[in-house]
Amino acid sequence: MKAGVVTFPGSNCDRDVFHVLKNIFEFDTNMIWHKDENIEDYDLIVLPGGFSYGDYLRSGAIARFSRVMDPIIDFAEKGGLVLGICNGFQILLESNLLPGAMKVNDNLKFVCRNTKLTVLNNNTPFTNQYKNSASIEMPVAHGEGNYYIDNKGLKELKDNKQILLKYKNKNENPNGSIENIAGICNKERNIFGLMPHPERCSELQISPGKADGYNIFSSIISYINKRGDKVAK
Amino acid sequence: MLNKPWLKEGLTQKEYELIVELLDRKPTTTELGIFGVMWSEHCSYKNSKLVLKTLPTEGECVLQGPGENAGIIDIGDDQAISFKIESHNHPSAVEPFQGAATGVGGIIRDIFTMGARPIANLNSLRFGNLNNDKVKYLFKGVVSGISSYGNSIGIPTVGGEVYFSPAYEGNPLVNVMSVGLLNQKNIATATAKGEGNSVMVVGAATGRDGIKGASFASDELTEDSEKDRPAVQVGDPFMEKLLLEASLELIKTDSLIGIQDMGAAGLTSSSAEMASRGNSGIEIDISKVPTREKNMTSYEIMLSESQERMLIIPKKGKEEVVKKVFNKWGLHAEVVGRVTNDGMLRIFNGENKVAEISAKMLADEAPEYKRETKIPEYINNIEEITSEDIKSEDYNTDLLNLLSSPTIASKKWVYEQYDYMVMTNTIVGPGSDAAVIRIKGKDKAIALNTDCNGKYCYLNPWRGGAIAVAEAARNIVCSGGKPLAITDGLNFGNPMDPEIYWQFKNSVEGITKACKELDTPVIGGNVSFYNESPKGAIYPTPIIGMVGLLDSLEDQTTMDFKDEGDLIYLIGQSGEELGGSEYLKVKKGKADGYVPQLNLNLEKRVQKTVREAIKNNIIKSAHDCSEGGLAVNLAESCFGNNLGVNIEINEKISDKALLFGESQSRIIVSINKNKASKLENIAVKNCVPYEHIGVVKGKQFKFNNLINLDVEELKAKWDTAIEKSL
Repeated sequence: MKAGVVTFPGSNCDRDVFHVLKNIFEFDTNMIWHKDENIEDYDLIVLPGGFSYGDYLRSGAIARFSRVMDPIIDFAEKGGLVLGICNGFQILLESNLLPGAMKVNDNLKFVCRNTKLTVLNNNTPFTNQYKNSASIEMPVAHGEGNYYIDNKGLKELKDNKQILLKYKNKNENPNGSIENIAGICNKERNIFGLMPHPERCSELQISPGKADGYNIFSSIISYINKRGDKVAK
Repeated sequence: MLNKPWLKEGLTQKEYELIVELLDRKPTTTELGIFGVMWSEHCSYKNSKLVLKTLPTEGECVLQGPGENAGIIDIGDDQAISFKIESHNHPSAVEPFQGAATGVGGIIRDIFTMGARPIANLNSLRFGNLNNDKVKYLFKGVVSGISSYGNSIGIPTVGGEVYFSPAYEGNPLVNVMSVGLLNQKNIATATAKGEGNSVMVVGAATGRDGIKGASFASDELTEDSEKDRPAVQVGDPFMEKLLLEASLELIKTDSLIGIQDMGAAGLTSSSAEMASRGNSGIEIDISKVPTREKNMTSYEIMLSESQERMLIIPKKGKEEVVKKVFNKWGLHAEVVGRVTNDGMLRIFNGENKVAEISAKMLADEAPEYKRETKIPEYINNIEEITSEDIKSEDYNTDLLNLLSSPTIASKKWVYEQYDYMVMTNTIVGPGSDAAVIRIKGKDKAIALNTDCNGKYCYLNPWRGGAIAVAEAARNIVCSGGKPLAITDGLNFGNPMDPEIYWQFKNSVEGITKACKELDTPVIGGNVSFYNESPKGAIYPTPIIGMVGLLDSLEDQTTMDFKDEGDLIYLIGQSGEELGGSEYLKVKKGKADGYVPQLNLNLEKRVQKTVREAIKNNIIKSAHDCSEGGLAVNLAESCFGNNLGVNIEINEKISDKALLFGESQSRIIVSINKNKASKLENIAVKNCVPYEHIGVVKGKQFKFNNLINLDVEELKAKWDTAIEKSL
């Protein structure tokens, strides 16, 4: 199983995701440089967290114009699995691979802490190893995670069951996102963006008692195994 | 001023005369500027060197002591840890956001120029009382500056401390410690050698920001200091992240002779120091330095402290490798000069020679001053504080007030703004005795913390300095580690004042003694003098940053009580000691009394006992008993898992001293009840006093018949105090 992790200038969770994919889940994992124009043969591409291009202008706004984004959009359109974590989620929004937009956290401050979440739809490549409505915990670390979408878009997300993760309630919501949304996928279910960091809670060593991010990656593996082929050749 | 050009550069007339004598001529404007920064306190340590020489710098684990960008210690498996603390007090006082941000940036560069990837940062901060609007502005600005820079560059901020006291009102302290991991074979040095080798400037372009920042840092803050805001640099963490990745990539190619950060005094200090270390000279043509502003003079280019720049000496013929790596990351890499063998720092602007000074003269031959000392008057007026001197109506209220005093209250408001988890190594983060960071792929971790109680150091500099080291080590032990080495951030007032210098000298002597006893050498650090505002000098604040090693992840221990029914023991002995306590400060609003005794021999045995018990898997939680005393520290251990305690102690000391006294060398531990005899045996073997003081039970905090409070109520006060006072 082959995974690629994209490094934009300013990415800073690229090595963390690489570590989890390679050492915990034993993916054959490559780093993909933001200037690469060819990406081949991957089962999964991850846009990691960080501050691509210093988050200047608006988070993700410059990264979407990176050369690597064209082949990633091709890959996604062919059904390849794309996971965007934190800044990666922001880039997916800026690239219109996912609907909606990101605002600055409602308290205007960066926030780093564990949050309680609910899994809303476990029938996707990214969440199939969770129980439906499972209560889980994952850490967040961001200054711009206040997800917003207009009413029409929100209705579509709900109708299509594209909201995969919500903060458990308003108190748990660290950024003021609409309807406590923490992560969404596209209609086709092959692109998933989320603010929490599953790579930070996939090992018991660093998240004692719980490693609730683990199932994001094990879901992906289970899905690929069942699917049995590579979509984006 | 016109006839005394040296004054503008912060030099004395005598120093100017010495320069004329050494050069055998009058210096040019650029040369005088160069001397001004190189002989400033910040770069030359001219007022502190003689005292610093007494610090122990050697030990089994030391691979690199003071003198390089940062020190390095051995952690086995051919791996090493590089770490250092640095202050950015004055910039933060006039521009808190950028001042703090560039403080983070500067110390990170010191670490990765050693060839280490920075894996953790800590901040030791001091502010005035939070009821003052200016203090609130400084506090918020500093925290968001650290947050903005540290988060963006992707290095977790895992710990540190924040104290509030009027002594820091006009002059806050911002000390940042950075810690990096490297393979011993990749150790880089900051040396210029090999005649004809190129000298390259890499990273960001040079601008007019931060000109003469080093001189600015070597003067007192006055009401006019706001005017010096242009001396504060402006940081760009995105640029630094690129510089970090490019530098580490380059170091691995084995193409380098030397690499140095352009920090304080920018191009001037980096070139002079690199040349001096290699017994070489350097020639630079400043017209080749990439600039971001037009018409910069040679004086400005040499003294700019623009951030995110490095000076590099590549091996012969490796210039293209350097350019290729830096261009990949979108950064400048220009050859600006060459290494010579005549020991001179020679600066050209095109054809024009603008400066020619011996590198050693600049880097090593600044005058060294033996400063006068005098016992401060206030020291003679300190009196013993007894239990009768403090009035108390009700100990429940006292405990609630202590837990909500900002110095003791939870620092959650601060650390939730820091990314403390990025890099996925943080086993124990902020809010604990020490942060614990795993080393991926190995069954080991490092423990990190910073410590200093300025109040103690004010009342008794020698003992305060020694206690800072002892407490740092105790914290490392409580987290399951073995203390290895320290870096010291020495913050004091004006060294020309004999009373201040007395504080400085005594603090360093206390640190020296404790480091020797506890076998934790000093591998580098920073001196920050002139921390004075119109209201006076700060408390003497020698901050100790310590690194320890957990040689097995099994040893990792936290301060939180774990299970009902566990027994609570106090290792060590409580005395009738209320002097210097936080309790006294909260009650009477001042620092007074005799600082608690420190018996370093007992300290060692207490630490040995707890370490041995942790190694034998006896201990479930361990917490250093420090600021606030036993009641406060027991409460802190209750909060993690919302567990209550039932404490019953018969001591022959006053209730106040028992609850809130700050006797040293004490550790609170909890154990499963069937391990009691094992723990006691270890304590007896080490001749350490111990007492079974209670049991983890229910949801109430009960202490003799003195305190009975709901743990959740206590926790809520402690949790939200800082946020509420903003």
